[in-house]
Amino acid sequence: MGSKKYDMVITGGRVIDSALGFGKDAHLFIKDQKIAAIEANSPAIQRVLKTFDDSQIVNAEGKLVVPGLIDVHVHLREPGNEGAETIESGCRAAAAGGFTAVCCMPNTHPRIDSQETVKFVQDRAKNKDARVYVAGAITKNLEGEELAEIGDLVKMGAVAITDDGYYVQNPAIMRRALEYAKMFDIPVMQHAEDSLLSKGGIMNESYQSTRLGIKGLPAVAEEIAVLRDIALCRVTGSRLHIQHISTKRAVEAVRQAKKEGINVTTEACPHHFVLTDDEIGKEFNTNLRVHPPIRGAEDRDAVIEGLVDGTIECIASDHAPHSTEDKDAEFDRAPAGMIGLETTLALVKTYLIDKAYLSWADAIRKMTINPASIFGFQGGTLEVGSVADITIIDPDKRWTVKADKFRSLSRNSPYIGYRLSGKAATTILDGRVVFSGK
Amino acid sequence: MSGLSSRHLLGLESVPREDISMILDATETFREVLDRTIKKLPTLRGITVLNLFYEPSTRTRISFELAEKRLSADTVNFTTSTSSVKKGESLRDTVQNIEAMKIDMAVVRHSSSGVPYFLTQCMDANIINAGDGAHEHPTQALLDMFTIRRKYKKLDGLRVVLVGDVMHSRVIRSNIWGLKTMGASVALCGPSTLLPYDVEKFDCDVYTNMDEALEGADVVNIMRIQLERQQAGLFPSQREYTNLFGMNKERLRHLNRNYTIMHPGPMNRGVEISSEVADSDNAVILDQVTNGQAVRMAVLYLLSGRKEEGQ
Repeated sequence: MGSKKYDMVITGGRVIDSALGFGKDAHLFIKDQKIAAIEANSPAIQRVLKTFDDSQIVNAEGKLVVPGLIDVHVHLREPGNEGAETIESGCRAAAAGGFTAVCCMPNTHPRIDSQETVKFVQDRAKNKDARVYVAGAITKNLEGEELAEIGDLVKMGAVAITDDGYYVQNPAIMRRALEYAKMFDIPVMQHAEDSLLSKGGIMNESYQSTRLGIKGLPAVAEEIAVLRDIALCRVTGSRLHIQHISTKRAVEAVRQAKKEGINVTTEACPHHFVLTDDEIGKEFNTNLRVHPPIRGAEDRDAVIEGLVDGTIECIASDHAPHSTEDKDAEFDRAPAGMIGLETTLALVKTYLIDKAYLSWADAIRKMTINPASIFGFQGGTLEVGSVADITIIDPDKRWTVKADKFRSLSRNSPYIGYRLSGKAATTILDGRVVFSGK
Repeated sequence: MSGLSSRHLLGLESVPREDISMILDATETFREVLDRTIKKLPTLRGITVLNLFYEPSTRTRISFELAEKRLSADTVNFTTSTSSVKKGESLRDTVQNIEAMKIDMAVVRHSSSGVPYFLTQCMDANIINAGDGAHEHPTQALLDMFTIRRKYKKLDGLRVVLVGDVMHSRVIRSNIWGLKTMGASVALCGPSTLLPYDVEKFDCDVYTNMDEALEGADVVNIMRIQLERQQAGLFPSQREYTNLFGMNKERLRHLNRNYTIMHPGPMNRGVEISSEVADSDNAVILDQVTNGQAVRMAVLYLLSGRKEEGQ
């Protein structure tokens, strides 16, 4: 028989909801794909639990129960490069990493710069293991020259615009994009890297690039790009979201802009708060090649500081699958990017929470309610009545990253062999278990 | 058997002093062979050496090939431009195909830093780096050090100035590591636009004024300046480069007595070096070429037959 009042209960876990501002042991009840109740343990609740069938109960004792995690920066590679990832495999990877929602970037082939491509992605994403939100292009074919039909994109459901992978180099075009996007109240996401300064660069410009004789991508290219866009944002009053922030000066620029009241938000990726560029010379591992590049310790520490003081409100993976064949190449010829959906949570736990930079509540906020509010996604909270997107985390589970365990079609992770702590145990999307770890 | 601490020569950055001394000592022996009427030894008989040149090179390739032949090795050349390779098979596939033909040692030149390391991961042969990107060119630095050591009977305490495009020069990088390991004092000199980021961390004296750099130096090693750097906006004109950094007779007065002028070639006469200086008695530019062959013979000899650790 089981419970009729509820469809499912998650029992005995520690519920953390950063939006509601609490963390306490509670049972979480689901009905009709919605959060129906959150109840502390009591004799009365125990009696209610007795009405459930075993199949309706997810035991979360010793685990954390949090809103389904949200990653606002992923590349799903479909259409165009289905050998590296498909929407289906990317969603499987998301679920395995504890993410119930992702926002995919438009640099597919063809680009997501038309209603047709937005629709294509949305159709392919139906009934998969994660929600897929679509970011449309700022400019046609991501060429930085003419605005894409942003109104059309938004009408079809695009949640933001970005030319990710490319910086909108022309300041006049960027200004128009910001002004135009304001009509639709969507954020403009920018890959902030002045391409004239970074042209031909392969790795962070530092003593490491000097030592290895590899052309540098200077930090100042990001700083200038961020400062320019903040200035444009100041005059347009639009919403600017700086993607994958990676340098000390860029973080400082965003910090100051926020103090001034400019509407700028930002995200940081695990590789910019975990890794440093002295890793590259060890084995020329092409999985360490990424844009913006892995920086030095000072920049890494500044990104952490930005996460700690709230300057950086989102943690995103910049999940960028590339086939093993493409990555098995000379360092400067391999495509840039690394996968991240299945390691982000553990890297946050191991490198931010275990090192006492962030509490679980702070970390969860940056992966749930913050991105949800900036981009207008559902979920991000466990408030009664919200969609039942829930992640159950085994907070201290020790595991080793293994290439053959990825759900992603690609293997381009620099963390293979890393011993990490923390893992998604169960991922629930719309009240349905989409991932259940061992 | 006591030998080199590695079975490859990928660069000089991490090569210990004992290894460099061993290579330079062995070079003495081979250098003498080159003065004999019959310049051939049976040392590498039965060994097959692949010269894998992904970048155009005449001197280095010929130097290696002659060194291999004088040691009686069988040699094969694989010369290609990286652009044509890019369209076809991957580097790993190319190399594994070649190795399937039973290659014992490979000499590699490539425009990408790190390719020699990459090769150690996809083939069993001993790998010798003949220049990778702007990273390292260890045999060039070894021959430069050998040439200096032959003249002064030491490297310790000598003042060596490396002049030119520090940013793009693998020869300078390998010289920095090798010379510092051997106790020489190293100075770098070039236009500030061609000094790479954080160049001070090489822990050398860095100059942008040529006259100051040369003061009290024993050896000046002058690098070829590539004209495409000017086109890339890194300096305004060849004329200005020559005025500021060209090695000419007038500048010799800054140097110590018994100074030495070096150039790894090919020279742009009248640009980075004047003909008067290049052809003077203190210039050892052609000795460098001869010594280069001996150094490569020594490296081939010392690495040949070295298997993976534990074998």
